[in-house]
Amino acid sequence: MRIIVLAKQVPDTRNVGANAMKADGTINRAALPTVFNPEDLKALEMALQVKDQMPGSTITVITMGPPRAEEIVRDARSRGADDGFVLSDARFAGSDTLATSYALSKAIESAGHFDLVFCGRQAIDGDTAQVGPQVAEKLALPQITYAESLESISEQEIVIRRRLEHGVETVAASLPALVTVTSAAPDCRYPHAHRLLRFAKTPVEVKTADDVNPDFARLGLNGSPTKVKKVDNVVLAHKESVQLDPTDDNLNELMHSLISEHII
Amino acid sequence: MNFYTDNDSLSFYLHHPEMAEIATLREHDFAEAGQHPEAPANAEEAIEQYDSVMRLIGEITADVVAPNAEAVDHEGPRVENGRVVYAKGTRQNLDTMIRAGLYGMTLERRYNGLNFPRVLAVMAGETIARADVGFATIWGLQDCADTIQQFASQELKDKYLPRIYAGATCSMDLTEPDAGSDLQSVRLRATLDEANGCWRLNGVKRFITNGDADLHLVLARSEEGSTDGRGLSYFIFDRADGGLTVRRIENKMGIKGSPTAELVFTNAPAYLVGDRRMGLIKYVMSLMNAARLGVGSQSIGLCEAACREAEAYAASRQQFGQPINQFVAVQDLLRAMRARTDGARSLMYETARLVDRSASSKPAARLADILTPLVKLMASEFSNRNAYDCIQVHGGSGFMKEYACERLYRDARVLSIYEGTSQLQVVAAIKGIANGAYLKRIEEYDQQASALALNERQQQLLALLRQATEGYNKLYERATANGTTDALFEHTARALTETLAYIIMGYLLLMDSTRSERFLDSADFIVHSALAESAHALAMMA
Repeated sequence: MRIIVLAKQVPDTRNVGANAMKADGTINRAALPTVFNPEDLKALEMALQVKDQMPGSTITVITMGPPRAEEIVRDARSRGADDGFVLSDARFAGSDTLATSYALSKAIESAGHFDLVFCGRQAIDGDTAQVGPQVAEKLALPQITYAESLESISEQEIVIRRRLEHGVETVAASLPALVTVTSAAPDCRYPHAHRLLRFAKTPVEVKTADDVNPDFARLGLNGSPTKVKKVDNVVLAHKESVQLDPTDDNLNELMHSLISEHII
Repeated sequence: MNFYTDNDSLSFYLHHPEMAEIATLREHDFAEAGQHPEAPANAEEAIEQYDSVMRLIGEITADVVAPNAEAVDHEGPRVENGRVVYAKGTRQNLDTMIRAGLYGMTLERRYNGLNFPRVLAVMAGETIARADVGFATIWGLQDCADTIQQFASQELKDKYLPRIYAGATCSMDLTEPDAGSDLQSVRLRATLDEANGCWRLNGVKRFITNGDADLHLVLARSEEGSTDGRGLSYFIFDRADGGLTVRRIENKMGIKGSPTAELVFTNAPAYLVGDRRMGLIKYVMSLMNAARLGVGSQSIGLCEAACREAEAYAASRQQFGQPINQFVAVQDLLRAMRARTDGARSLMYETARLVDRSASSKPAARLADILTPLVKLMASEFSNRNAYDCIQVHGGSGFMKEYACERLYRDARVLSIYEGTSQLQVVAAIKGIANGAYLKRIEEYDQQASALALNERQQQLLALLRQATEGYNKLYERATANGTTDALFEHTARALTETLAYIIMGYLLLMDSTRSERFLDSADFIVHSALAESAHALAMMA
């Protein structure tokens, strides 16, 4: 079984400084420490679980970002992924989710045959949860979102338990398929010391836009209809509490006031 | 959380100036570079490898081992059908470490090890012990692999060493009901079974840490009719071969996650390690030194944990309208705790570096031999004092079971007992006191320190260290007024040993402080302790 994991190197949001945002409203990545996007790491673990159950499977990690995103590929390989590459090109700069999912879908196609694509539900820097589903659409794959656990896997079918707002749901998809994994899924296993040392010394392949044969008009800012006008840091200043009798009218009024003040 | 990256001292000793040479020695001038996919090509790369593996250990200890410590302390291991079952958390700790490929980190690459030096073994040890000393004992027993690597036949090495990497746990079966500190009295019988090409073990071992391990190194009497240490040989026994029953495990005061077992060997098949009759004299002594350094690392891990628990509590606990760390009396406790931790740690890494040099240098081996009992003595005693002070900082809360300091206090207690009591460490130091080996080393440290660019405060400390050495000499003269065979010398041996240890730690911290000033306060405390120790002993003799 050939498995693709999409992973993103993201700013470590526990350590965000003052210059985290550039004037054009995009993230100033150079100023931030980076981490493996947490839900992508859980996606990698689910891929590794498939590999555990289907010996002989291979896992390829694809990450799009600046050249230093190679750290993600090394990290993933130290945890058990077989190979991977960085999709890096100045022409990808400023991509929104539409352009990103297009570039990633081309990268997946360039990597040849595959049976499964795993990715995190969303990245902690954008919180859109759009890239996984958009990649699935572009590749015309069935998709399972909000995956919490791998229930079973065979050559033909994957069965996943989904974590939804009001409960869980177990669904099956025929392969090939794409799965997005939520934070409720199991943590990723630790790196293996021997792999850690070995892959620290192994160069990571970097692919450019030319290597994935795209329509260049769909890349980067040109291919991104989303325009960020301004980003505000919202600080909830008031900590007052209101006591209400539990009547329908009171609750109705509270909900309206919360909505009118854009709190919910 | 990461117990490596949040502790600057570890990175400080990992990047000690001598580490490049130690990596070069360990890697035999990087002979495997290019031939093995993991072998480093130079010292810088080797040290980067050490750093990346310590990051991994730091992450696992903080995320898995530390959170499990309390439940493991409550649950403990149990015996089922003659076998030990670890507490759930212990099993998880072990499995996580094994799956991360960390077991057997000092093994050579051909046995699937990482070929890391002793410095890294003790660094891993203290990091794990900071999370849970009980688990650190189970982890630390993989040092048995070094004995096998050093002394066993090629056949035994090929058979057993790769299994240790794969997670086979180890134990070192020495103690018997009538042979504790006096190992010459070991009675467990080993008889040659020529028909089956092995030895047969019969008898009882007691207080065996991790006693139901997969692989056992067993000290046994192979020479019938002999009564002393020269009749003892060393054997390797594989649990899977049968012949071993766990009679019971002890109900202990601390390190409850670590099963301490009474073992009954009945015709258990075993294989001789090295030569007959050399069991106690050579192999156990070698393993014992590694084990003592290991207890040093456990002790320092506990010292660090106690410091952090106390510092955190003192910063958050408010009394009289301010955090209690604003009160001088509490600050004094915290400062002493930090100084003991720093002092013992500087001595431990110095000793570990000497152990790493021992393979190619006899003088280094001799120095490692004399410094090892000082590490064991001081670190384990300090860990008890830190645990005591940690509870003191917590006040009444520290006496309750809710805080980790209570567990630290119980866990610390065995550290100054097992692998040789503090009193036996003093006995081990006496030779170096009588023949001047420690003083000679102190002179070398003095020359090294004098050659460094010292600021005014450091120069003052150097002067005080020389004064402390004079104090030691006075004490030594008094103690040996009637010769070194007189009881007075024996009575004073502990004070002499501790004074020397303080002086050596003082020099080491002084030199460390030239690379990082944060060690200055600790150096100051330790240097003054050196002065006080000999002065106190002299006053008691007056």
